[in-house]
Amino acid sequence: MTKKKTKTKTKSKTKKTFKFEYDAAPESFKVEIEEKYYNFIGGEFVKPKSGKYFDTVNPATGKVLSKIALSNEQDVDAAVKAAKKAFEGEWSNLSGLERGKYLFRIARIIQERSRELAVLETLDGGKPIKESRDVDLPLVAQHFFYNAGWADKLEYVMPGKEVAPIGVCGQIIPWNFPLLMLAWKIAPALAAGNTVVLKPAEQTSLTALRFADICYEAGLPAGVVNIVTGAGETGAALVEHKDVNKIAFTGSTDIGKLIAKNAGKTKKKLTMELGGKSANIVFADAAIDQAVEGIVSGIFFNQGHVCCAGSRLLVEESIKDVVIKKLKKRMKQIRVGDPLDKNTDLGAINSKDQLKKIKDLVKQGQKEGGEFWQVESELPPRGNFFAPCFFVDQSASSTISREEVFGPVLSISTFRTPDEAITKANDTNYGLAAGIWSEKVSKVHEVASKLKAGVIWANTYNKFDAASPFGGFKESGYGREGGRHGLLPYLEVK
Amino acid sequence: MDVLKTIKMFAGGAFIRSESGATVPYIVEGEELARVCVASKKDFRNAVTSAKTAQSVWAAKSSYNRSQILYRMAEMTQGRETELMNLMMASELVEEANVGEEVQKAVDTFVYYAGWCDKYQQVMGGLNPVAGPYHNFTAPEAVGVVSLVTSEKFNLSQIVDNICSIICGGNSVVAVLSPESSIFVSILGEIFHTSDLPSGVVNLLSGKIEDLATVMAEHMEVNSISFQNENETIYFDMRSRSIDNMKRIIGLNQNSRSLELITAFVEQKTVWHPIGV
Repeated sequence: MTKKKTKTKTKSKTKKTFKFEYDAAPESFKVEIEEKYYNFIGGEFVKPKSGKYFDTVNPATGKVLSKIALSNEQDVDAAVKAAKKAFEGEWSNLSGLERGKYLFRIARIIQERSRELAVLETLDGGKPIKESRDVDLPLVAQHFFYNAGWADKLEYVMPGKEVAPIGVCGQIIPWNFPLLMLAWKIAPALAAGNTVVLKPAEQTSLTALRFADICYEAGLPAGVVNIVTGAGETGAALVEHKDVNKIAFTGSTDIGKLIAKNAGKTKKKLTMELGGKSANIVFADAAIDQAVEGIVSGIFFNQGHVCCAGSRLLVEESIKDVVIKKLKKRMKQIRVGDPLDKNTDLGAINSKDQLKKIKDLVKQGQKEGGEFWQVESELPPRGNFFAPCFFVDQSASSTISREEVFGPVLSISTFRTPDEAITKANDTNYGLAAGIWSEKVSKVHEVASKLKAGVIWANTYNKFDAASPFGGFKESGYGREGGRHGLLPYLEVK
Repeated sequence: MDVLKTIKMFAGGAFIRSESGATVPYIVEGEELARVCVASKKDFRNAVTSAKTAQSVWAAKSSYNRSQILYRMAEMTQGRETELMNLMMASELVEEANVGEEVQKAVDTFVYYAGWCDKYQQVMGGLNPVAGPYHNFTAPEAVGVVSLVTSEKFNLSQIVDNICSIICGGNSVVAVLSPESSIFVSILGEIFHTSDLPSGVVNLLSGKIEDLATVMAEHMEVNSISFQNENETIYFDMRSRSIDNMKRIIGLNQNSRSLELITAFVEQKTVWHPIGV
């Protein structure tokens, strides 16, 4: 009986809805991109010894933006040598306060050039301009500003102990937040007195190379920051280099394990920020409209290319229907399209490969049962786009429930008791993040204490801050980035 | 005529022989002092099962309660002073003149960590001043089951230190004591057994790390390893093998009585909540 009633209601409401059309609102700032980019080693842009280059592509149009150096072992060696020289010389001779001043200066230049950097980030990576402008860039500047102030206060990182920098840090970052991940890596490393060789993801090198330009502009001593571009082999050369004292990696769990396996045979210190399959738990006593907003920002922020995305929605059974109804309505309002348009919510999938991976996983998911629903949106004719979607009531062992999709794909299942929600949330090898939606504070604290995850967002999701430690439990990796805790992995405790 | 005993291991709150039945003589100056157990891979796995069950019980206790239980260990050690000194002399591991001091060091180590149980959270956690209307704090919590490989050389207070730095933060431990230290497994077990510690939080096996390194590194229910042995080859091999569940490995670090060690066996959890009416 009740079911029938609900159906009729839904139908009549659907008829009444009408669609607003927005005019295009493209970002007008023109950013200059050179034809070819070299590595940044020892304070200079130098041609790769490999002599090879690869294309970097705008994922929203498929057009080649520039050519990037494909670095080999010799290039990595030159960068590590430059970093070692700087560490043994000029950089270590500076006081913490003076070191900090460079970071403050870099933070200021980033703020001043943030529009240029945001546009470049969106062009190269496909994320909506409103996200690169309002989320990524402010956080990038904040990470340098925050860590700058630590440079002369390192004795407070591990109270009662003396600390010292580690040396040369090899840093490998992913394509989902190119400049932000660079900031997470370089800012604490430099504040702690180390020097770095950073390899950006091959899909998104442009902002890292622009950052090299900022280091130059800031007058940072040569060799303190070195950027070598390339793909997996370049990264492997960096991991294996004997003069690298520490590896910091953000990326997939598979690659992270491979790095840990190789570096484990040596004395190199490791920080690993790996994948996730984070649960977003909505209790019946949640503020439902707010929770729906949280579900959307949890999984569709940055096209779902977020290691801590709330990709597993756990809804209390009694509110399942209303949550799904509201979620569908909200998802229909998500604007998928040109990342440079200021109204775009969901930009381009970062690469053709990633789009194929998402499509393959969704196809696999459809074979494994449960209900599948996807927004019918008009996608741009060119470029890599994928409309937001979800699966409902798939088994806990299904592909979509267990594997990190890294795309706008949500998995929805239900629970009856808080204990069941906790068990289901923890039933994963990952442990990066989790969300809790409830208006009952004591329940929020109880559940938060029992979730095996490094970051818990209660009545919010996907919030980041330079002062807030970030990192996972279990196979989501080890070490923290951000806050006082983020300094520790870059220090030797004596 | 002396009755030579077998020194039993301590796991899951019980004093056990190896399931394999393997024992070896503990020889001092050519004489057999006792027989000691040689832990098998299955002994290790069984101990991990106990440790896993016990860990949640232990972590759920209040920090104040954990502190009192660690202090109780100091009391129990002091109460066994004579027995410990006699065993140090009989095994000739410590010079007669130093045995009293060695026991005292072990007692002091228990007292040191008893004090930390309800304090490291404030020192290592805290409120994060985020740039937005959010209450945001970071607090440490136990990493889970930690496996301990002790030094080849016997050092009572170092063993106590290694164990306390793990259990202080709410973890459980499966320790493998080296052949030289194996004669102390039973008496240490008695100390933990009589300290109101839940069964399975501390598990003490004796054996050769060469036999157990692989199962320890690859065990999916072991969350972390404290490697305090001197064998670098085994250390690097274990580090490389332990990637399947991304174990946290803390090794080749002889720092004692250290906040740093406690911090090594906790995860930092950060919780966000909006502020507003």
